[in-house]
Amino acid sequence: MTAAVVIGASAGAVQALSDILPRLPAEFPLPILVVVHVPSAPSGLTQLFSAKCAVAVVEPDDKEQIRPGTVYFAPPGYHLLVEPDASISLSSDEPVLFSRPSIDVLFESAADAFGAELLGIVLTGANEDGSRGALAIEAAGGQILVEDPATAYAAAMPTAALARCATARTLSLDAIADHLLGLVER
Amino acid sequence: MNTEPTPAVEDIEIQLLLEALALRYHYDFRHYARASIKRRLRQAREQLEFSTFSAMQDALLHNEGMVGRLLDYLTVQVSEMFRDPSYFKALREKVIPHLRTYPSLKIWIAGCSHGEEVYSFAIMLLEEGLLDRTMIYATDINPAALDVAKSGVYPLDRIASFTRNHQQAGGRTSLADYYATAYGRAVFDKKLREKVVFSDHSLVSDEVFTECQLVSCRNVMIYFDRPLQDRAVGLFRESLTRRGFLGLGSKETLRFSDHADAFTEFVREEKIYQRSDA
Ligand SMILES: C[S@@+](CC[C@H](N)C(=O)[O-])C[C@H]1O[C@@H](n2cnc3c(N)ncnc32)[C@H](O)[C@@H]1O
Repeated sequence: MTAAVVIGASAGAVQALSDILPRLPAEFPLPILVVVHVPSAPSGLTQLFSAKCAVAVVEPDDKEQIRPGTVYFAPPGYHLLVEPDASISLSSDEPVLFSRPSIDVLFESAADAFGAELLGIVLTGANEDGSRGALAIEAAGGQILVEDPATAYAAAMPTAALARCATARTLSLDAIADHLLGLVER
Repeated sequence: MNTEPTPAVEDIEIQLLLEALALRYHYDFRHYARASIKRRLRQAREQLEFSTFSAMQDALLHNEGMVGRLLDYLTVQVSEMFRDPSYFKALREKVIPHLRTYPSLKIWIAGCSHGEEVYSFAIMLLEEGLLDRTMIYATDINPAALDVAKSGVYPLDRIASFTRNHQQAGGRTSLADYYATAYGRAVFDKKLREKVVFSDHSLVSDEVFTECQLVSCRNVMIYFDRPLQDRAVGLFRESLTRRGFLGLGSKETLRFSDHADAFTEFVREEKIYQRSDA
């Protein structure tokens, strides 16, 4: 059973996320936490995707409780972490692999909080962020989906995640969206 | 029988390590946001080359040199001058007109780190003609950070972003008026800290020490859990005069606080609050 979804994306993120998030119905029952590497504040991602999506899209404040059917974008300049009680902590710690927010930081804390009930998704990007976090999700018994590097805008990030996680599945963006929709049909 | 799930060994070890730190050295991180404290402890364990947190705890208890090193991992010293320029602009335009009406002012900067926020305030107050009548209390728990703050010395390569922020914050002069350069570093003018008292103060365990018109506590409480945030906000509430102001970090909020009712949003988008209770 999946309780929460985490997504990491870098170069090409907006296009890739546009193929996934707008397909989710308003009553999609899982929380989705997203880290996108953006150069600086304000990122505008929240406004952009609010306009395109049926699900609620927010940029959370510190200590917000995670709610179902809501997409949380990490605020520019802050790491986004999940606490064991499923609330959000933000932090202004040093960048990790030159990135703040960092995908690894989100994935590792979410793996601790949700264990085997976490689904991690690594999308397009030209760096290695996310692979360490994907490994943590795998180690906690969670699932990993990776955008097919062959069709991704930037292949490095999916490739790095695949190299590190033996159980990761490679899917197209469409198939990733189908998978999310499949989680809620029963 | 106990039906609680057994915590992971690592979580037990972390709890014991934090207990040891609190009992032996009075640095109490037990109510810090667990996910981020865990991340930083893992970093410390890797870089200080301990195989387990239990081994680290042993070293911490028996070797006094460890505590300072661990503190540098546990407290995050990331800051900038005029960080979030729009915050300082809002203070200048909307809060300072109120502060002007007081014959003398006290300002508390809690969690001042290396002092970037303190010098930002001092410069802004000087530009507004208020520094003469202001006392600034700058507090932190990290003694090494307080030493840097007192020195007012920063690497030159940080000056470009400080200067940009100062301009965007509505700076009335050139930042270069306030520092001299030497040996690749910028040394901020002593005048700026004549009215500053730097001191060791913990929002976890210490009490209120003064009455003030403004508290700025930015990006400190994000490291606390909710009960500890409530304690800190309680201190600010107690310290503030009637209609006093509280400024938080750009993603911090009183929405989840026990003390929310004691404040009104003064500049909503900049997380500037005003004490509203009697
Ligand atoms: C990220 S820095 C914030 C610096 C500055 N206020 C800003 O926003 O740029 C956090 C600071 O909080 C301090 N701190 C952590 N725990 C504290 C406590 N219990 N009481 C006071 N300061 C604390 C740390 O030592 C560190 O200097």
